[in-house]
Amino acid sequence: MLVFGAWEIAGRIPISLAFPTFGETVAALLALIADGSLIKAYASTLQPLLIGIAVSAVVGVAAGVGMGLSRSLEWLALPIFIILQAAPLAAIIPLITYIYGIGLTAKSLAVILLATPVVVMNAYKGIRNTDPSLIAMGRSFLGTRTQQILKIMIPHARGLIFAGLRLGLAMGFVGVVVAELLITPTGIGDLITYHGSVANYAEMYASIVSIVALAAVTIGALERVERRLFRATGAAA
Amino acid sequence: MDGKIIVDVKGVSKTYEGGVEALQDVHLAVPPGRLTTFLGPSGCGKTTLLKIIAGLIEPTAGDVLVKGRRISGPGPERAFVFQDFALLPWANVLRNVAFGLELRGMPVPERHAVARTYIAEVGLAGFEESYPSQLSGGMRQRVGLARALAVDADILLMDEPFSSVDEQTRRKFQEDLLALLGHQRKTVIFVTHSIEEAVYLSDRIVLLSRRPGKVSRVIESNIDRSGSPDDIRRDRNYLDAVDEIWRTLKAYLP
Ligand SMILES: Nc1ncnc2c1ncn2[C@@H]1O[C@H](COP(=O)(O)OP(=O)(O)OP(=O)(O)O)[C@@H](O)[C@H]1O
Ligand SMILES: [Mg+2]
Repeated sequence: MLVFGAWEIAGRIPISLAFPTFGETVAALLALIADGSLIKAYASTLQPLLIGIAVSAVVGVAAGVGMGLSRSLEWLALPIFIILQAAPLAAIIPLITYIYGIGLTAKSLAVILLATPVVVMNAYKGIRNTDPSLIAMGRSFLGTRTQQILKIMIPHARGLIFAGLRLGLAMGFVGVVVAELLITPTGIGDLITYHGSVANYAEMYASIVSIVALAAVTIGALERVERRLFRATGAAA
Repeated sequence: MDGKIIVDVKGVSKTYEGGVEALQDVHLAVPPGRLTTFLGPSGCGKTTLLKIIAGLIEPTAGDVLVKGRRISGPGPERAFVFQDFALLPWANVLRNVAFGLELRGMPVPERHAVARTYIAEVGLAGFEESYPSQLSGGMRQRVGLARALAVDADILLMDEPFSSVDEQTRRKFQEDLLALLGHQRKTVIFVTHSIEEAVYLSDRIVLLSRRPGKVSRVIESNIDRSGSPDDIRRDRNYLDAVDEIWRTLKAYLP
């Protein structure tokens, strides 16, 4: 509420010509919903986002757990993900478009490249840092390797894996917007670029706010799913 | 095989990677049905020796025979109680106590029934649904003990189980342990660096020398355990044994 109030005041002063008031932005948002352009934009933005996030989650958790379990896999893959995590996406995007063109594949790939490393690194650390004393306990009570992984290492890594998925989701949103701004303007990226270029600043801000809000809501929902899961399996700490 | 020996340590040496020589040519025969303690200065290799007997650490040289058979890893006849408890933080007391049985594939109703029995035996009835983070150190170690008892191993290996609990809890726990073992007929190997604890609890005390650890003496105590805990602590033999061990160990101090 405070933020919205400050925004309203800042918009009225006005700080900049390109800065609409909160009221104007809300009105623009409603207009965008009413004329269907926002829905059309999300229909196209969500495609690379969902594909990218799904691939990142599955591949990322699998790769991270694998690297945590196998020294040779760690040796092979760890440097790749460390480099990916550090690489600026804007510099990689021209390379992606050069190889994969400007379609859905390229945009999904941008999401994957941004979201996967953090998912991988968290899952990897969660597995690798399992309390050695719990490992010894499992061995002394004659647990098999499979039981060690399923009953000790993965539950131990669960918190970090979920934290990685949340961060990955956030990175995925960044990835899809950057891709839509830098590759070809489609979906929400198109909406932002178009309204910016014709000086419909209220509409531009409304589009930006809508994607930020969507990101926040999805991440919040994931957190709730996580808490529900933890309770179902009886974890308190 | 000599029927009077359940664990036979033969010429065990252990040098860790990096060159730390923890144990050197340890020979030791442990009789069944009694409580043996390993006593020695910090860092002398007590934990190392216990974990070698547990099959959790490979010796660099030598063999361990349990019931006459050379061991190559952990076995169902041995159960370990960990110094740091090693409880699953995401599992409640019931599941933690039943965990050894869970790993053996025992069905849920059976293993929970067994676990409830031992939870009651160690005095934790009513805490089945609690999580380790909600328990005190002493209670956590009772969970660790119940878990080891639940798999019904003949040999209990305990690594300083009371080192991280306060003095009062520790005394109570020692008394409970003696009472519990009184009707269990188990072989217990117990690591401690408290002389009083060793003498109070055990029938045989193995003194280890400073690193690299070697067996320097084995003391058989003949304390009358029929009396109350306080009687034991005032027993002439008890006080003499404490004194004698202290004189031996003093020689290892720098
Ligand atoms: N994994 C390891 N790698 C290298 N050195 C080790 C390792 N574990 C133990 N040591 C060393 O071996 C020696 C014996 O260790 P150990 O833990 O068996 O002693 P301890 O008698 O149990 O000591 P404490 O009374 O402190 O528990 C110590 O000097 C220790 O630093
Ligand atoms: Mg130790």
